Amino acid sequence: MKKVIVIGNGMVGYKFCEKLATHPLRDEFEITVFGEESRPAYDRVHLSEYFSLDSADKLLLATREWYAENGITLRTGEMITDIENESKRVFTHKHDYFEYDYLVLATGSSCFVPNIKGVDKPGVFIYRTIEDLDAIKDYAQKLKNDGKFKASVLGGGLLGLEAANAAKELGMQTDVVEFAPRLMPRQLDKAASDMLQRKIESLGMKIHLGKNSQEIIGEEGIEKINFTDETSLQTDMLIISAGIRPRDELAVKCGLKTGERGGVYVNNKMETSDPAIYAIGEVALYNNGIYGLVAPGYEMAGVAVEQITGGEKLMSPSIDMSTQLKLVGTEVASFGDPFIENDEVTAIVYENKQRGVYKRINIAKDGSKLLGGIMVGDSSDYNTLFQLYINAMKLPENPEDLILGSRGGESKSALGSVLDLPDTAQICSCEAVSKGTICDSITSGSCCSFSDVVKSTKASSSCGGCKPMVTDLVKETLKSMGQEVKETICEHFEYSRQEMYDLVKLQSIMDFDEALDRHGKGHGCETCKPVLASIFASIYMETANRQAPIQDSNDRFLANIQRNGTYSVVPRVPGGEITPEKLMVLGQVAKKYDLYTKITGGQRIDLFGAQLHELPMIWKELIDAGFESGHAYGKSLRTVKSCVGSTWCRYGLHDSVSFAIRIEERYKGLRSPHKLKGGVSGCIRECAEARGKDFGVIAVEGGWNLFVCGNGGATPKHAILLAEKLDDETCIKYLDRFLVYYIRTAAPLQRTAPWLEKLEGGIDYLKKVVVEDSLGIGEELEAEMEELVQRYACEWKEAIEDPQMMKRFKPFVNSDETDDSLVFVPMRDQKMPRPW
Amino acid sequence: MEELLKNYQSVAEEHAIHWIKVGQTNDFPANAGACVKYKSKQVAVYHFTRTNSWYACQNLCPHKMEMVLSRGMTGDSQGIPKVACPLHKKTFSLENGSNLNGEEYSIATYPVRIQEGNVYIGFAD
Repeated sequence: MKKVIVIGNGMVGYKFCEKLATHPLRDEFEITVFGEESRPAYDRVHLSEYFSLDSADKLLLATREWYAENGITLRTGEMITDIENESKRVFTHKHDYFEYDYLVLATGSSCFVPNIKGVDKPGVFIYRTIEDLDAIKDYAQKLKNDGKFKASVLGGGLLGLEAANAAKELGMQTDVVEFAPRLMPRQLDKAASDMLQRKIESLGMKIHLGKNSQEIIGEEGIEKINFTDETSLQTDMLIISAGIRPRDELAVKCGLKTGERGGVYVNNKMETSDPAIYAIGEVALYNNGIYGLVAPGYEMAGVAVEQITGGEKLMSPSIDMSTQLKLVGTEVASFGDPFIENDEVTAIVYENKQRGVYKRINIAKDGSKLLGGIMVGDSSDYNTLFQLYINAMKLPENPEDLILGSRGGESKSALGSVLDLPDTAQICSCEAVSKGTICDSITSGSCCSFSDVVKSTKASSSCGGCKPMVTDLVKETLKSMGQEVKETICEHFEYSRQEMYDLVKLQSIMDFDEALDRHGKGHGCETCKPVLASIFASIYMETANRQAPIQDSNDRFLANIQRNGTYSVVPRVPGGEITPEKLMVLGQVAKKYDLYTKITGGQRIDLFGAQLHELPMIWKELIDAGFESGHAYGKSLRTVKSCVGSTWCRYGLHDSVSFAIRIEERYKGLRSPHKLKGGVSGCIRECAEARGKDFGVIAVEGGWNLFVCGNGGATPKHAILLAEKLDDETCIKYLDRFLVYYIRTAAPLQRTAPWLEKLEGGIDYLKKVVVEDSLGIGEELEAEMEELVQRYACEWKEAIEDPQMMKRFKPFVNSDETDDSLVFVPMRDQKMPRPW
Repeated sequence: MEELLKNYQSVAEEHAIHWIKVGQTNDFPANAGACVKYKSKQVAVYHFTRTNSWYACQNLCPHKMEMVLSRGMTGDSQGIPKVACPLHKKTFSLENGSNLNGEEYSIATYPVRIQEGNVYIGFAD
């Protein structure tokens, strides 16, 4: 057996172990790994997520058990201090020695600390390891306790911005100082840097460019940084993340050839000047460069494993430094040569300051190929562009379509189908998985789903950036084999939501048990129960009371569960219009039950902190005062927001409040695949933000314009124009048709915007169905809505009038006590739950 | 917090010393949970009508330490009866209390007996 010793248990060192552990000749090697940190290798790429995770364990690439199961001796907390090439031995800091046949240096890099006066003062940190983060966190906590909140990061590159995000997550007011005149100087041009700067500064952080730090001032802790241009910056702590330096000290000591500016020289087999010693990752100097990205490090690990096991694989002659990531909440990507400028090249630039998007592609003058590019604010095209670049593929006739989308006609991916990619196209660059490998894993029959493919090929298992493309590949490959990818509800029903909707309707299935008996198996679960509940509600307009146990937990108790298990109560306030009398009732109820009160985004009032048993008492009082359920807990119509409109506003064209109330009253209680929100604006100033809603109505000269399929939230989408200049009745008719059509055909928990995106034919098709009635179902859809409207009942009124239904609000079956475990703490004259 | 969790230890049927009557079968909802109190414990009780099985577990969700599991949705995963916490949909086996999302924390379960229309839960304290 040959002995392999790996020095360094970082991401690349781990990758080496993983690859050797699964190699067919694995049994011929005895593997020992030394890591100087106390933990096994963890994911440094996502280091800044450490603060939001519960524990460091979630960042681990593999557990200690994994090393044990794979017969790898892992020695953490142990540092190698010497290599003796002649006797092939390494020595630890405890003076133990170990013999090797092959030695792999994966010592990585350390943080580059510039030589600034005062850099050793307390309050100065580096950003590299979990221990560094712990130290930063403790110090920040101490500062905050003393009422100090200012942190600064030295370095506006990729790592510096990561560190800045971490400091911000800790609640520090964070500034970034960069020596270069722009952010991420290796990846971005000036305009891209400006865009990123604007985005970051809009979050309250400040960026200082072109600053050369001279001295750090402070006595017990640091107070400020002086720059060479005689300006200075007040700060209570400083985090340095201004580049990396290869950890080559062991190599230097034992006489391996190293670069002038650091790094262990390697050839394309990853061999150092001593053929028994390999170097991989950020310590390796290959082609005169040090590569601080994971993908080249992983490739090096693969080459070293192949070489040691007698294979012939060599390192690619040129290293691709393309990268796509999210920095301080902003998508940033850069690929190929992002800056290239000469006579042979044309740059196409798209800049949208309102949306905060900048895109640049560099194209050969003859339009034949893509040479590189930059994206800030929206990197959704990265995978496509990267594939076009790396495979030198032919570009579309109008290359600007690549970043602008095809304007006019149906939008189509610039790539056409993912299946058009060459088999050699690398889809996952972290794990070096090609399109061919992914497709083969499916056509050979060994994989038949996305998760199978990830498990078997490892594609998309590292940074996850290629996930959309892998998903598409899996879908398209299965499709090409004649296998339709079926989106079933869950393990209990082998049907899609739309199929179940049709079955329930055609067979007049009345309850969940019947549906399970006829078309499902098992007991059901938290996925299929609410789906069926929604279908029953949409077909029969039954309230959440009749089959309470299959309702999602909020619907079951007709209220929104909050942090500590108490509930919030939101009565309906149609169109946001409320009388002073009703407003006072809300105040009185809130006061009586000691509820935290807040105005919601949907123009109503939320009362928080009600205990389960208090809900019926609260609702009794609200209903007596003329309120109804607001369905804030349901996947159902929430609010129709309005601006004040022509009755009061000097600009208003039509009476938006009255129309909003009419619409909200019409669709109240309507249950749907996901929540539904509407808005009505009295003029194009659009104060009701109607285009951020599932349906929005905007007054124009001559009627209402109807927009559909917008939303706010995580992926904001503006609603799209469905029809123009409608009178009230036609607008409602189209809304009826649109809503029922959506309810019938959407997937579970699919809001209108993604529904439209998936709808074949898109908005043009929807216009045909709703406006032109191309399917001839217009009247049917309207009649269906009319029946639902007629059957509406306030489910809270229903609940408090029925003793059987009231049972569910009793905290304990066997006691009349109430839950005494609740703890609230005061906040700004009101209360909040004890924090988690 | 740790103290709260210590209050809940699984009890195997053969180790139950006290069988506490917590109500009649029709006091409990079908295919859903309800909560009962025993000393300082809050215990969630579930009735799965399709197999006429009864289960009991702690009401405390160990993820964020809130008394909410009795209000979670029930169901099964590959035949294992389970409950999903109403706060973040963490799911737990009602047979052995193990976490079905692959996370570390688990819950305590208690044996249930039905005699003459009454529901009894077995405790070891």
